[in-house]
Amino acid sequence: MKFLHLVLLNLRRKKTRTALTLGSFLVALFLFGLLMTIKTALGSGVDVAGANRLVVRNRVSLIQPLPLSYREQMLRMPHIREATFATWFGGYYQDMKNFFPNYAIDVATYLDVYHEYRIDPEEWRAFAADREGCVISPPLAKKFGWKIGDRIPLEASIWGGTWEFNVRAIYDSDVKEFITPELWLHWDYLDERRAFFKGFVGWYVVKIDDPANAVEVAAAIDERFANSPWESKTETEKAFAAGFANQIGNIRLLIMSIGSVVFFTLLLVTGNTMASAVRERTGEIGVLKTIGMNDSTVLFLVMAESIVVAAVGGGAGLALAKLFTLGGDPTGGMLPNFFLAGRSIALGFALALAAGAAAGILPAVGAMRLKIVDALRRV
Amino acid sequence: MVRVDGKGSGALVEIRSLDKKYRRGGEEIDVLRGLNLDVDAGEFIAFMGPSGSGKTTLLNLIGGLDTPTSGAVRIGGDEISRLSGRKLAAWRSRHIGFIFQMYNLIPVLTAFQNVQLPLLLTNLSKAERRKHVEAALDLVGLSDRMRHYPRQLSGGQEQRVAIARAIVADPTILLCDEPTGDLDRAAGDEILDIISRLSKEYKKTIFLVTHDPIAAKRAGTLLHLDKGTLLECTADGLFACKPEDAGK
Repeated sequence: MKFLHLVLLNLRRKKTRTALTLGSFLVALFLFGLLMTIKTALGSGVDVAGANRLVVRNRVSLIQPLPLSYREQMLRMPHIREATFATWFGGYYQDMKNFFPNYAIDVATYLDVYHEYRIDPEEWRAFAADREGCVISPPLAKKFGWKIGDRIPLEASIWGGTWEFNVRAIYDSDVKEFITPELWLHWDYLDERRAFFKGFVGWYVVKIDDPANAVEVAAAIDERFANSPWESKTETEKAFAAGFANQIGNIRLLIMSIGSVVFFTLLLVTGNTMASAVRERTGEIGVLKTIGMNDSTVLFLVMAESIVVAAVGGGAGLALAKLFTLGGDPTGGMLPNFFLAGRSIALGFALALAAGAAAGILPAVGAMRLKIVDALRRV
Repeated sequence: MVRVDGKGSGALVEIRSLDKKYRRGGEEIDVLRGLNLDVDAGEFIAFMGPSGSGKTTLLNLIGGLDTPTSGAVRIGGDEISRLSGRKLAAWRSRHIGFIFQMYNLIPVLTAFQNVQLPLLLTNLSKAERRKHVEAALDLVGLSDRMRHYPRQLSGGQEQRVAIARAIVADPTILLCDEPTGDLDRAAGDEILDIISRLSKEYKKTIFLVTHDPIAAKRAGTLLHLDKGTLLECTADGLFACKPEDAGK
């Protein structure tokens, strides 16, 4: 620590060079922060998926429905404790740009399967009693200024016409990822008013007794409905969420590729900068060794310089990314869980430090191995 | 006492059969050949000789900055040519102070911070370090320049800061490699006055490499290096003696 001031002073020698190197880390870690935010947003369903929940959908595609009668059949199968269902409503408020996820749920069973939601019992009863009622999430209430008792008109892009709903409840959850801008309506009400697909649901969510039975139950469900006009595809909620996220491509690979290129470039830039800095100070390193500084301390000084740049620049980049994401989802609902998670910040910071250390290691070893007489000759 | 015949014993500095060879472009160059030297504590020795005669190399070997090809350098009973890198660095910080021709101050540090550098390698407290640094800067007459950066000092002042840095840890030996080589006569004399004072008042053992006969006259003993061999000279440097006749 006694030499920390020397490290900091060395960084101030060439202010432009230091600023540019800091800028490299800042931009790289800002980008990393955004990529991780997008990855988190796309994969948030995967991370919080219930281990004891299976999603049953039409084998052809998610757009194709399944018969309502499947529920009773599934409930008679072993290990299945409950089965709820939902159908995509696809409505928007006033303008398409105000799109947000909204779907019709089975009011009687939905909360039995999704225990993560917290809703005031009185509000829930009011919703259950009102066929035109709806439940909204806190972000949606905030975005449009909706409150309980408001009547909301939604344009139904799939079913046609303007549908009006009464806000009867606002849900909450202890799981952050569950609080996304969405709206639930009565499946009964949808089925009654729609002109087609009557008696069909979009997908089922099945609660099983033990996650260990997931594979067995999924296979049994699909086998039960095999060779029917409405064959099913059953998978764990996690696999379903991952598959949904991957519909727009292999996000993880994309992010890893971009991140790797950015960090490799950063490594080259910083490594070159550190090498130049050490080369310019060869004589001074000789002097430091002459007065008794050992090789390890010299190694530490050069490494510390590189790591300090990485920590400051990387930290600033991550802070900037955090600030940016505090503004919320910039896509208007496509990425509801748009936030930079603490673990992503920690990972980014660790990567920045690692990049700083890797960039400094070669120049530092060079400085460490430098013979005093050779160094002094270059003064 | 100073001897160049290798027959002394118990001296602070004992150099025996010292050889140093360099390889340059495939050719081996003998810089020092079978050199012997005994120097008691408190002596002030000047080395003179033509360029390439091995003066700086000898200084580097005494200071543990370089390793001999063969032979031994013993200082205060420690065979420094056999010490490991880490031990040698620690030994250097305790026993040796270096003064270079080009001062070699760290430009981003103030005079105070430059002088403090060797003390950062010790366990002294901040207050103790400050006390030592102030004393060293006071000794070289730069108490009023503590917060100045090297670029704000004259050449003579920079060299005085370098001297303060060399003595701040109270080393046994001071190695001065042409300390006045980059200074005008007046500034050079000031530097030599300080070095002489360090010899007389503080009883430092001083090795001075110089091309300047006037500077060399400040030393108690003048040794001439030629073709890798040491010869002791009379005080005015006019008469060289053969090594075997040089006991003093």
